[in-house]
Amino acid sequence: MSAITFKRILKSGYLNFRRNGWLSTATILVMVLVLFVLGNLLFVGAFAHTVLDSLESKIDVSVYFVPTADEGDILALKQELESFPEVVEVSYVSREEALAQFRARHQGNALIATALEEVGENPLEASLNVKAQDPSKYAAISTFLAERKDPLVDKINYFENEQLIQRLGAILETVRGSGVLIAFVLSFIAILVSFNTIRLAIYTMREEVGIMRLVGATSWFIRGPFLVSGVLYGSIAALITITLLFPFTWLVAPKVMVLVPEFDIFRYFLSHLVEVFGILLLSGIMLGSLSSVIAIRKYLRV
Amino acid sequence: MIFFDHVSKIYNHHSAALKNVTLRIEPKEFISIVGASGAGKTTLLRLLIREEEPTEGKIFLDGLEVTAVPQNAIHHVRRRIGTVFQDYKLLPLKTAHENVAFAMEVAGRHDEEIQEDVTEVLELVGLKDKMGNFPHQLSGGEKQRVAIAPGLVNRPDVILADEPIGNLDPVHTREIVGLLQRINELGTTVILASHDKEVINAIDRRVVTLERGEVVSDEEKGKYLV
Repeated sequence: MSAITFKRILKSGYLNFRRNGWLSTATILVMVLVLFVLGNLLFVGAFAHTVLDSLESKIDVSVYFVPTADEGDILALKQELESFPEVVEVSYVSREEALAQFRARHQGNALIATALEEVGENPLEASLNVKAQDPSKYAAISTFLAERKDPLVDKINYFENEQLIQRLGAILETVRGSGVLIAFVLSFIAILVSFNTIRLAIYTMREEVGIMRLVGATSWFIRGPFLVSGVLYGSIAALITITLLFPFTWLVAPKVMVLVPEFDIFRYFLSHLVEVFGILLLSGIMLGSLSSVIAIRKYLRV
Repeated sequence: MIFFDHVSKIYNHHSAALKNVTLRIEPKEFISIVGASGAGKTTLLRLLIREEEPTEGKIFLDGLEVTAVPQNAIHHVRRRIGTVFQDYKLLPLKTAHENVAFAMEVAGRHDEEIQEDVTEVLELVGLKDKMGNFPHQLSGGEKQRVAIAPGLVNRPDVILADEPIGNLDPVHTREIVGLLQRINELGTTVILASHDKEVINAIDRRVVTLERGEVVSDEEKGKYLV
């Protein structure tokens, strides 16, 4: 293709886009809807990731030690556990810290305060709270601790909560998998809507395609301007979508934070603005251009 | 130059639009193809530009077998043939100037050449003040002049005019026929399909009459008698 032909294709595509005002506007608006859905899928993905991570971080295994256990021995075990690749963090809670936390949790409860007075000494045990990379690792860690038959260890709470932890792990995996599937299905639907919209736009110009073929235009000379228009639809739709996402995320952010305080959607959007715009622009251009190329094939076949 | 060699076009296994048509058209001829509606005039022209393919037979253009040209190369044949239709077939989103220029752009001509020639030819056909108008802003006669203009500027080997005067009043009809004759004088073969008896008889050139897909008469200075 020569430079002159390329220039003519660009000009023709732009003029078609501009002179078909209503059709271009309608097509862009539909693509804005499509890209808006795709953009929000990104946020939903980030939101789900935050929620799932938060849930996962709340799962841990606690190892309780007999009251006579030496702190040095407990800390040595802590160090040993921290060396495991499956272990993310091990935190030590001494007997005194455990008592202070207990008093703080029940500070309004006179009965418990009285009971503690009656007991006289600290009834609580020192503990190590072990957090693993994922819930499936707790069984192995707990089995290691149990098989040591360490006389310092009084109780490992994993075996009491084993079923719950495994079930939670399975739920998390299912939610992650379902999220991917839902995102895939929604994206597919979005692509179909976009394709049909552009196909409709090209259908209204089928006679022009026939005329251009009669005059002896090559397939690319006919296809090119539609491709250019498709790119314009997609790019402008991406710009409008990113503009709309500013007020949308700002309005929605407080409501989302009521459910998940850790996830500020507006701040997330701002901190990932370049990536989000890049994804929307690329999606818009690909949807617009590929849809145009595929839709016009039918009219070039004869 | 153009040779239809025992060409037939049959639809749905039994409906014959053309039956065993053999027709030779010499370079620079002005030939009228006449007949009632459904006689096969449009089908004959559509076969020449490969808008359709014959059921039987072959078609040649200057020795090139049009029916054998691969689909991805047919645009080369179509660039040698200008077309004028009853419904004008103008690109609605392009101005009169751009419509005429389009045929030249397709052929790869340079912008300066296009600008000069298109302006000149639109002045020639009396559309100097309407070059920037879109087809919906032109009258029927003006649209037809825009449709014919590429024939004057591009000088194709052949012009196929399929009922170009069907929607026009007598004044515009004379104008269009005059333009076609002028294009013919410049060396282009003109094939005019029409059922307008008066116009055909006034042209007083070769007349080929079709009836139910068959050639029933072919006379050098023929008359449309039906």
